[in-house]
Amino acid sequence: MSANYTFDVVVIGAGGAGIRAAIEAHLQGARTALVCKSLFGKAHTVMAEGGIAAALRNVWKEDGWDVHFRDTMRGGKLLSNWRMAQLHAQEAPDRVLELEEWGAMFDRTADGLILQRDFGGHRYARLAHVGDRTGLEMIRTLQQKAVALGIEVLMECTIQRLLVDDGRVAGCVGYWRQTGETVTLRAKAVVLATGGLGKAWRITSNSWEYTGDGMAMALEAGADLIDMEFVQFHPTGMVWPPSVRGILVTEGVRGDGGTLRNSTGERFMFRYIPEFFRAETADTEAEADAWYEDKKNRRTPDLLPRDEVARAIHAEVRAGRGSPHGGVFLDIASRRPAEYIKRRLPSMYHQFKELADIDITKDAMEVGPTCHYAMGGIRVDADTAATTLEGLYAAGEVAAGLHGANRLGGNSLSDLLVFGRRAGLYAAEYAKGRPKQAAVDRAAVEAASRRLAEPLERKTGEDPYAIHADLQEVMHTLVGIIRTQADLDEALIRIAALRERQTRVAAWGNRRYNPGWNLSLDLEAMLTVSEAVARSAAMRTESRGGHTRDDFPKPDPEWAKVNVVTRKRDGRLELAKEPLSEMPPELRDLVGEQAKPHAESTDMEATVPAGKPV
Amino acid sequence: MTARSGSNGGARDVTVRVWRGEDRASGGFVQYDVPADPGMVVLDVMFRVQALRAPDLAVRWNCKAGKCGSCSAEINGRPKLMCMTRVSSLPEGEPITIAPMATFPVIKDLVTDVSYNYEKAKTIPAFRPAPLEPDGTRRMYQEEVDRVQEFRKCIECFMCQNVCHVIRDHEENKEAFSGPRFFVRLAELEMHPLDTHDRIELTRAKHGLGFCNITKCCTEVCPESIHITDNAIIPLKERVVTEFYDPLAWAKRRLFGQRPRQLGEKEPAAPSDR
Repeated sequence: MSANYTFDVVVIGAGGAGIRAAIEAHLQGARTALVCKSLFGKAHTVMAEGGIAAALRNVWKEDGWDVHFRDTMRGGKLLSNWRMAQLHAQEAPDRVLELEEWGAMFDRTADGLILQRDFGGHRYARLAHVGDRTGLEMIRTLQQKAVALGIEVLMECTIQRLLVDDGRVAGCVGYWRQTGETVTLRAKAVVLATGGLGKAWRITSNSWEYTGDGMAMALEAGADLIDMEFVQFHPTGMVWPPSVRGILVTEGVRGDGGTLRNSTGERFMFRYIPEFFRAETADTEAEADAWYEDKKNRRTPDLLPRDEVARAIHAEVRAGRGSPHGGVFLDIASRRPAEYIKRRLPSMYHQFKELADIDITKDAMEVGPTCHYAMGGIRVDADTAATTLEGLYAAGEVAAGLHGANRLGGNSLSDLLVFGRRAGLYAAEYAKGRPKQAAVDRAAVEAASRRLAEPLERKTGEDPYAIHADLQEVMHTLVGIIRTQADLDEALIRIAALRERQTRVAAWGNRRYNPGWNLSLDLEAMLTVSEAVARSAAMRTESRGGHTRDDFPKPDPEWAKVNVVTRKRDGRLELAKEPLSEMPPELRDLVGEQAKPHAESTDMEATVPAGKPV
Repeated sequence: MTARSGSNGGARDVTVRVWRGEDRASGGFVQYDVPADPGMVVLDVMFRVQALRAPDLAVRWNCKAGKCGSCSAEINGRPKLMCMTRVSSLPEGEPITIAPMATFPVIKDLVTDVSYNYEKAKTIPAFRPAPLEPDGTRRMYQEEVDRVQEFRKCIECFMCQNVCHVIRDHEENKEAFSGPRFFVRLAELEMHPLDTHDRIELTRAKHGLGFCNITKCCTEVCPESIHITDNAIIPLKERVVTEFYDPLAWAKRRLFGQRPRQLGEKEPAAPSDR
């Protein structure tokens, strides 16, 4: 029943980060496999809509890596790993241009360069995009590049356990979804690019794949996680009808001129401008509207970072000023011409028309927060993407650090490329320095295979779908946007009870393409990461970014100096506070004050008056 | 059994007949009734069936937002994405019939083996860009990009492949025919303003463009409304004709001793007009 394969580098996950890592490892000469749970090209990246943030300076010459760095650090509420934020801002433009070399077709400026759009928390229009289907363009480009290079892709293969030998990674064990057969992959280095954990929440923009499996596997193998308390609720998910609740509505709607209103018609975001962003945020509707055309004005509060907007919507609904189905209104119909909306936001137009009978060129959308992104995840070295387990690398949403307490929109796609490439590069380099494969621990492979078989062997037991639904309810109601100690304590008690039920989970049928069986195995990871989130959230007694405590509503400067680290030791999760690394003074200066416009001049710059879009 | 008749504590029910089995010969339709919600799509109904009736029902899906193209099936005989098909859009009072795509081998239930498509994808030579502009940039204009972006909208749901009668009813044609999805891909590369590779002979000889007799079945089922026939296939056919069957071009070749370009052969270098 078990197949074995041997590679230099195994990349687990084939979204943007995984494919980019595999391309790089392959280009470095490593024998590389790319493993994915779904068909190739279907990963979560495909759902990214608005764009990819990179200071290309095609629209605003005043932009630059330093401004992007500053925006990222401030958006992350100063908890981002400064070195990751620096590398990300510096390398993102090259990664975007590289996609163009591989066949990507971004929307264009009038003079034929890559067009960039406005997004929350970004000082300048910075997001390279293709209408509102940027993720599709990105994954297809990477997919086609990987195919052209002849990289081996193992599709519909679910990895469940990492193998470790003498303190370093030795491979992984999983199963083929199509047959249910066990598969063992030996590797000198493994890159985790498995994405996030949103499927543990009831209202989410995430697909079934987002079970936290990469984080749980890393934890199990001995690697550290950090920042698990920071979960991003995207402010604008669909709220009606019930079956589409949580489906993403791109921030590009606001980037392109849409505004949030409550049931009284008020543009309520003006009442929710936090002190931290006051100096750079417009406080009148006139200035906010003028900002789209002229960046000498301050940014509209509709485009405050996502954590701020999600909390504001939550508060409006609580105060009884919500829309009929428990959200608020997102209005672009009254602010932009129908043709413009259809051209800029074709999938949003289609999505609302098909699924909600709403014509967004005529009527306002109803939107509310939806669980969207994990800022936390596997702790990595900024330059090499190495985890704390030798031979194991991580990139993309599964890794932590770049986004700190809150991710800016558009920074995830650039994250995938910048750190996907770095993970592939350094994994290949590590593999080169290891002439021999590590030994495979037969007992560990046996244990992993036995675990796979158990749910199907139980004649009676707990229903995996019921456990999953109960977990989603717990996380949604007790570990949501607003948290309290009492709720988190209650959540941990309930998660423990669910974990006990999970040990008795029973699946029906055989191993061939069996979603019930697959889910019964995924529950373990979902429960582990849920516990890590709830415990980290209980530990951080302050409010910052994607972590809001009703009982500690203010940020605490002391907490700005530490990450909450989660480890698994002797079968139990252990948490610790550990200090952030010290930011060099020259970078600290960038974050603290307005970043300076670029001094160097280009031939284009002469024709561009400062403060006007090109 | 009537679809969506009330029998679940006040909640309406929806009745589905789902094809189940591990091979075409032994499989068949099984009927399930599950509670319905307002606005439900067919994929929601499948989740209900999994949670309440048949936990091992095989369904392939990812985004549930019409963006990944994983959940293609034949709903009441028509190829559709399960995630974008509202229950309310289907005839009331009748069970909804859901079957796997017919052109591909069944793995289990609604999940088919679509590896044919992944194999064909490997046979298309990759994008090969022209040199950079003298200023180190790449310039393309929105008008040129628009045409190609239509093709880049493809979500690889493979429903165009599924309805194409060249392969739907003729397994034997699969080897010599790549199907509408890959004509879209070829057209996209052919019309890419920066691409330098010529794939026209390949399109004719290896991908079987000539099999297509433009019945537009592919265009009709495309969930992204790509004009597959008019904008991709017909222009490709025209280019093949110009290259290989144009009598003037033929005469010119005879006169000057030229031959038609062969597989993968580059276009003769043209002076740059940039």
